[in-house]
Amino acid sequence: MELLHILSYGFIQRALIAGCLIALLCSMLGVFLVLRRLSLIGDGLAHVTFGSIALGLLLNVSPIYVSIPVVMASSLWILKLTEKARLYGDAAIGIVSAAGIAGGTLLASVAGGFNVDLFSYLFGNILAISTAEVGISFVLSLAVIAVIVTYYHDLFSLTFDEEFAQASGIRTKRINSIFILATALTIVLATRVVGILLVSALLILPAVTSLQIAKGFKPAILIAAIFGIISVIGGIGVSFIMNLPTGATIVMLNLIFFSAAFSFRSRRYQSQ
Amino acid sequence: MPVDIVCADRLCFTYNAAEVLCDISLQITAGDYIGLVGPNGSGKTTLIKTLLGLLPPSAGRIALFGRNPAEFSDWCKIGYLPQKLTGFNPYFPARVKEIVSLGLLARKRFPRRIAKTDEAAINRVFSLLDIHEIKDKRIGELSGGQQQRVLLARALVGEPEFLILDEPTTALDPETRDKFFSTLKELNQNQRVTIIIVTHDVADIGKYASKLLYLDKRIIFFGSFENFCSSADMARYFGEFAQHLICHRHS
Repeated sequence: MELLHILSYGFIQRALIAGCLIALLCSMLGVFLVLRRLSLIGDGLAHVTFGSIALGLLLNVSPIYVSIPVVMASSLWILKLTEKARLYGDAAIGIVSAAGIAGGTLLASVAGGFNVDLFSYLFGNILAISTAEVGISFVLSLAVIAVIVTYYHDLFSLTFDEEFAQASGIRTKRINSIFILATALTIVLATRVVGILLVSALLILPAVTSLQIAKGFKPAILIAAIFGIISVIGGIGVSFIMNLPTGATIVMLNLIFFSAAFSFRSRRYQSQ
Repeated sequence: MPVDIVCADRLCFTYNAAEVLCDISLQITAGDYIGLVGPNGSGKTTLIKTLLGLLPPSAGRIALFGRNPAEFSDWCKIGYLPQKLTGFNPYFPARVKEIVSLGLLARKRFPRRIAKTDEAAINRVFSLLDIHEIKDKRIGELSGGQQQRVLLARALVGEPEFLILDEPTTALDPETRDKFFSTLKELNQNQRVTIIIVTHDVADIGKYASKLLYLDKRIIFFGSFENFCSSADMARYFGEFAQHLICHRHS
């Protein structure tokens, strides 16, 4: 009865729809990112999101409209830095991340200091998501899922062995750009769910949980998606009932799933 | 009239101002079986990558099946086994069957899909390399030799016309290695697959390959083993003992 009562609230319905879509995206992309050792791109681009939100607030424009182009451009900057400046991905992410935080702090200062709005983005507030934001999340999520499904085999080949993928005629530069743009879009959406400080958890944890137990590439993506969605549904429910912050509850649930998968794998190997 | 599979003209490659390859001109024709040998740092892998268009040359021209590698699109004609997987993750969650199927993507058009109808080609290559029993295993669970056979299967599954193998036998035991070389011989002789194989095994390569390409930043020798073994220049360059060692197949 309690559960049905929770589901009757409009803001819970909106949170569940947007949260599940975003969790699905994060989990699917997360598997590729973790295997390509780009896990921390979530952190880096979330920091850029911080800067772009500050810009949006300064310009008095809805932050999501500023964040999407700024974060997408920054993701391409990370790609260019790794290609042209002879940097590994982690260093390139570090540079762009620092630029995002520094830019955001300067803009917030120019705007007259930090305000409550900016802090709500740091920790996320999925329960305050509007109908328009659900609509945007729905459309963008469909676009990102279409990209992953269309380029699934290209992405798989490139993730396993980029050189071989190139020698198979796969346009690796183009696919890398499409992939990183989809990641940027996902991160902008995910900051609304868990906040800037925890967004990389939503990308990394379902993926690493899945990698403990999956025995194939497709199953790995499917299992990550299932864990991601369950964590969002469970996190919203538990946080509402126990009056806890939703973003942090989602992340803690993901950590519990990871620990369980790790123990399961360890036992399986011991018994073999 | 033999077809040029690869034609390189005064090819050079520099990295950080250091010359890695210099003045490389060669023609590889259909049906060639070339052993590419040379000391460490002689540019063997760089030459392979440059011929495939994976690295841009700093000077010179390349034609791959008559076309510039940047414009080349018939990638299904090429089977490539890289030297090693850079940053290979032993926890990569892919099964052997999934990895091998990636070798078929070169013949697919957008959006590339592996279909049920591709299973026949995958099963054929499993039989050829005798890896049926590991097809459902995760790649990270396999030994080095088994992984190498899986990657070779990925290179062969598309039935390429030109096979480029960069040190394919390093992790193979002697028995598997012999089997592997007889498979290559069969492909070369019965299906006229052109092969270029990078190896450090100078004493044995003459038993299998028909041509020798000896590289040390530039071409020291490129031609048949018969010409190499009778060359006074090569006897002077390598010394008679080393030349005899390379020509071991005739002993």
